[in-house]
Amino acid sequence: MDETDLQKDLTMSELRQIAFYGKGGIGKSTTSQNTLAALVEMGQKILIVGCDPKADSTRLILNSKAQDTVLHLAAEMGSVEDLELEDVLKVGYQDIKCVESGGPEPGVGCAGRGVITSINFLEENGAYDDVDYVSYDVLGDVVCGGFAMPIRENKAQEIYIVMSGEMMALYAANNISKGILKYANSGGVRLGGLICNERQTDKELELAEAMAAKLGSKLIHFVPRDNIVQHAELRRQTVLQYAPDSQQADEYRQLAKKIHENSGKGVIPTPVTMDELEEMLMEFGIMQSEEERLAAIAASEAQAG
Amino acid sequence: MAKDHADGPEDYEALIEQVLEAYPAKAKKKRAKHLQVSAPDPEAEPDPATGIASKCDTTKSNIKSIPGVMTVRGCAYAGSKGVVWGPVKDMIHISHGPVGCGQYSWSQRRNYYIGKTGVDSFVTMQFTTDFQEKDIVFGGDKKLAKMIDELEELFPLSNGTTIQSECPIGLIGDDIEAVAKQKNKEHDKTMVPVRCEGFRGVSQSLGHHIANDAVRDWVYEKGDGGAAKDYEPGPYDVNVIGDYNIGGDAWASRILLEEMGLNVVGNWSGDATLAEMERAPKARLNLIHCYRSMNYICRYMEEKYDIGWMEYNFFGPTQIAASLRAIAEKFDDKIKEGAEKVIAKYQPLVDQVNAKYRPRLEGKSVMLYVGGLRPRHVVTAYDDLGMKVVGTGYEFGHGDDYKRTGHYVKDGTLIYDDVTGYELEKFIEGIRPDLVGSGIKEKYPVQKMGIPFRQMHSWDYSGPYHGYDGYAIFARDMDLAINNPVWGMYDAPWTQPAAIAAE
Repeated sequence: MDETDLQKDLTMSELRQIAFYGKGGIGKSTTSQNTLAALVEMGQKILIVGCDPKADSTRLILNSKAQDTVLHLAAEMGSVEDLELEDVLKVGYQDIKCVESGGPEPGVGCAGRGVITSINFLEENGAYDDVDYVSYDVLGDVVCGGFAMPIRENKAQEIYIVMSGEMMALYAANNISKGILKYANSGGVRLGGLICNERQTDKELELAEAMAAKLGSKLIHFVPRDNIVQHAELRRQTVLQYAPDSQQADEYRQLAKKIHENSGKGVIPTPVTMDELEEMLMEFGIMQSEEERLAAIAASEAQAG
Repeated sequence: MAKDHADGPEDYEALIEQVLEAYPAKAKKKRAKHLQVSAPDPEAEPDPATGIASKCDTTKSNIKSIPGVMTVRGCAYAGSKGVVWGPVKDMIHISHGPVGCGQYSWSQRRNYYIGKTGVDSFVTMQFTTDFQEKDIVFGGDKKLAKMIDELEELFPLSNGTTIQSECPIGLIGDDIEAVAKQKNKEHDKTMVPVRCEGFRGVSQSLGHHIANDAVRDWVYEKGDGGAAKDYEPGPYDVNVIGDYNIGGDAWASRILLEEMGLNVVGNWSGDATLAEMERAPKARLNLIHCYRSMNYICRYMEEKYDIGWMEYNFFGPTQIAASLRAIAEKFDDKIKEGAEKVIAKYQPLVDQVNAKYRPRLEGKSVMLYVGGLRPRHVVTAYDDLGMKVVGTGYEFGHGDDYKRTGHYVKDGTLIYDDVTGYELEKFIEGIRPDLVGSGIKEKYPVQKMGIPFRQMHSWDYSGPYHGYDGYAIFARDMDLAINNPVWGMYDAPWTQPAAIAAE
């Protein structure tokens, strides 16, 4: 590595890039915006890049749905080269900068290519200058190369997977880990940890911790369920803005602190096979084993008879 | 006397071995299945016209090319837009996707046509949706729909539109079928979406098949009959299928069929109109020249409309006469007499051509490497000139093509399937034939080796080569290439001791 590369590397390392992934509807956008709103209290300058065609990753920070996405404006103007950064960079709560990538309506075109286009645009046009954090909020699963863009080389250093004790959320966490593993060796991406967004399922905390252990990672924080999140969201606000003194706001502050201190502590995940995952769920009594299932049927039949 | 180049089956076997030696073990094993020397086939009936029964089947054909070997194959888009649909002259063919595919297939393949370009004919024009990044991200359906509307305004005399899909269309899932249906309603013209994305299949061959299926689905199954509705069929109606009218081939063929009393309803797809395709199901017989690219639609018409089909060969007088007689067999005595009259009429021309060129070409050897039907069909035309095809192969042939090759190619001929740049060069070097017939990519390397060359895809900007008229031109062109005085000047003067001594 020559000197310029080294310098580049140092400046790159000053900027922290993180990304939130997780099953659709798990609360990625809510969790990430609340956490980033807490992070800003710690004096961090933040840029949020929404990588979801629905463009709702910055709604709570901007207190409104972002109207001008990178891709829609680029399409209107002809091409992304015609676009200026200030057209799409909006400033919201506590000076958090927000950009929505946007994308096609469901069932049309290629949203993955859209993510690639807008992230390249943002980098080339200096959107990452003068911020401490870039946070990517990526839709659902890593369905194709486009949605893996934030975990490629020189993008997010740590991925935080938002999950819960539900089976499908665990499946998704495992799948996303596979995506991270794929890029972990070519780039520098690491799994920062799991964030459990409580759904009040059976033994949720234990299961989340066990899942994190399976993946060779850790449960960064267990965010308890609180209706105040819903109240704030209906007002297009984060809990930090709506009820800064609430217990839930403190939960997000704790999470923010943990993420901030987690810099460079990410791991290369060790995703498991479907069989192993199901075995784990059986251990926790969430899924019945085949013997148990048959025994249960026999028992109910005996009772009925 | 030691031979200075490979000649005969044993030499060719050795040459194959030698060529394969250059490959790594795995590639060698794979390529070995595409190369062989044709052998006598004692079990097969000799072909009635040629008297030949040889076995030319390579073990493998129509499979994926090995990466890195420099195959000259095309893609599915090339098979549909470039071969089957592109020559249909009164329809507009949209290259749907980024600009390159359309740009590089602009002007088609010298598929001649009669008509006013830009008014009622569009073959040599190029239409593309010219995809930009935003079209990939947001989908190109709207742009396509708008383009079809604009084309309708600009070219009101077009009789329909085909949508030729380039690769990205299949990746982003554009619903071109929905656009086609919508625009068909709005403009009341035939709209044909063709899913010929280039990444499909192993060569252009799948593109031919997809294009044939698109005719079936969107002209016949979904069409309202079109021009066929008012067409009164006659007893001598035939379709010519798989003649792309390169350099006027179809015209030189049609004239013979008409002279013998047949009525050519449609020619697919050189100089073709949509109406010709629509009327085709009313004909009595499908005459198929390029079997590889259009057998699919013939089989469909056989099944659906009960129209028989037969293959024929209009290269060289022997095959022309045999084909005319075989075609006439399907009709009454009037046509049979007509065929004999045609053959007799052109015999003086044939005699003249042979008298002039045969002495100049007798005994010359030829290697071919082309696509479609030509690797076998032109062999007998060379025979007629007293020349000998010593090697031949298909770019994208299937097993049934190689089976058919056994009726044309004598045993002891070198056969190469999907030949690589390296193999062909080594074969030519080893055999040093008097002529090589292949494409533009092969032309200049071969000429630099000091060997005469003719392009046998485009007829080297000449043609037609079909029919009796074509035979005269074919003979002249081969003579021009082989007996060109330039080959006598190939060696530098100072390397010729005799020349030096004479001074």
